[in-house]
Amino acid sequence: MYVAVKGGERAIDNAHAFLAEERRGDPAVPELSVAQIRQQMALAVNRVMAEGSLYDPDLAALAIKQARGDLIEAIFLIRAYRTTLPRFGASNPIDTGRMAAVRRVSATYKDLPGGQVLGPTFDYTHRLIDFALAAEGLTPPAPEAAPLGPVPRVTGFLDREGLIEAEPASDTTPPDLTREPMELPANRALRLQALTRGDEGFILSLAYSSQRGYGRTHPFVGELRIGEVAVEVDIPELGFAVEIGEITVTECETVNQFHGSKTQPPQFTRGYGLVFGQTERKAISMSLVDRALRWEELGEDNTGAPVQDPEFVLMHADNIQATGFLEHIKLPHYVDFQSELELVRALRVNSEASE
Amino acid sequence: MSSLSDPVRQKALGLLARAMPERLAALFPDLPDHALLRGPEVGAVMVRGRQGGTGAPFNLGEMTVARCSVRLACGTVGHAWVQGRDRGHARRAAVLDALLQTDRRAVLEGAVLATLETEETARRDGRARKAAATKVEFFTLVRGEDA
Repeated sequence: MYVAVKGGERAIDNAHAFLAEERRGDPAVPELSVAQIRQQMALAVNRVMAEGSLYDPDLAALAIKQARGDLIEAIFLIRAYRTTLPRFGASNPIDTGRMAAVRRVSATYKDLPGGQVLGPTFDYTHRLIDFALAAEGLTPPAPEAAPLGPVPRVTGFLDREGLIEAEPASDTTPPDLTREPMELPANRALRLQALTRGDEGFILSLAYSSQRGYGRTHPFVGELRIGEVAVEVDIPELGFAVEIGEITVTECETVNQFHGSKTQPPQFTRGYGLVFGQTERKAISMSLVDRALRWEELGEDNTGAPVQDPEFVLMHADNIQATGFLEHIKLPHYVDFQSELELVRALRVNSEASE
Repeated sequence: MSSLSDPVRQKALGLLARAMPERLAALFPDLPDHALLRGPEVGAVMVRGRQGGTGAPFNLGEMTVARCSVRLACGTVGHAWVQGRDRGHARRAAVLDALLQTDRRAVLEGAVLATLETEETARRDGRARKAAATKVEFFTLVRGEDA
């Protein structure tokens, strides 16, 4: 039973004023602008857009500022904001094959058409703190070379030989967990939506667990690409599709061994990751978890590993749901606790009496 | 009514949508008289991807979009949907979409669209050139026993 009590208004108002002051910090230190966060904390902005499930870098940067850098709090703000927006429609599926890639690497082919393009990566840095960044200075412009043009899809090479499962296009309208509560069993489209907006740490740990033997995935990163893709929408009043903007996405395609079944010859299978922004760790993790969750349709064994359990994965991937349920226990439970206190006292009286 | 073929109008609307709002306002500051038919209003579009890049669609997440429909004094109607939450951007793009269907088309194509396209190409080319400079050139070391 819930009993309403009043009080604490003044304390709450003062707490929020204190929060605002702490957020600002020492007034002698210049205040961060939203543009600075968007430009210089871009990977934090990307994570907030991906898990907030709303692509808007300015808004994500503002949310990070408001949340004092607490990214899950910022994601919460974005999720709350997006519920206020009317849905104008859905885009045509983005064509990642036409991506203007700034990074594209393959762990399966050394010499592939288009080559290994490293892009702005932390890989091969020494992970030593760069004290030079503590001082202000100009960054020299990055070197340039003749543009490479569009690069073909790595899984396309295997597909042409029939060595990898086909991924035939369709125009099926996918289920949308923001419109209908997620129900199990969830098809792959619904799982991918839940994974791409799921918590990076949770998806990473599940992917890692599958690599360590809890559910078998032995993936190769067939291709990892990051870049801009056009978003095209059919505009009803025009009667044709128009590009309404461009977004940066990270795409990871894994290639996994498959021993074949009664109906299928041995061939490679796929795991897929696609995430808003430059979000490489998340996209790779997503592709491993996607592949692990496909054990049933591929006729593989269920080893009882967490990553193979769609209910475990999908019902715990959302950090806003998790935060809401977890953090509510710090709110007043005075009456619930009083009843438990009385119960324990009564039990003690009974047990003392029976001794 | 429309003097623009769909592909031309489609391309123009893409350029207007991808333009930075400030840049578009600088290139085309003064809007002629027009009536608002819808909006400008801010909402969301669900962006879809495909399983495995080529397969069945799934919902990737939403993006913010501003849209607007206008009618010029001459009766010509223009529409625009642009990424982001900038209502002024959507309104300006809708007015330009309408004007591009009138006899001002040639002037605006030169003054606005051509400039936007040149700048966009330069920006894209700059990123593509920097990415190209990070392409790995493998070489094989001669091994001792083969020397």
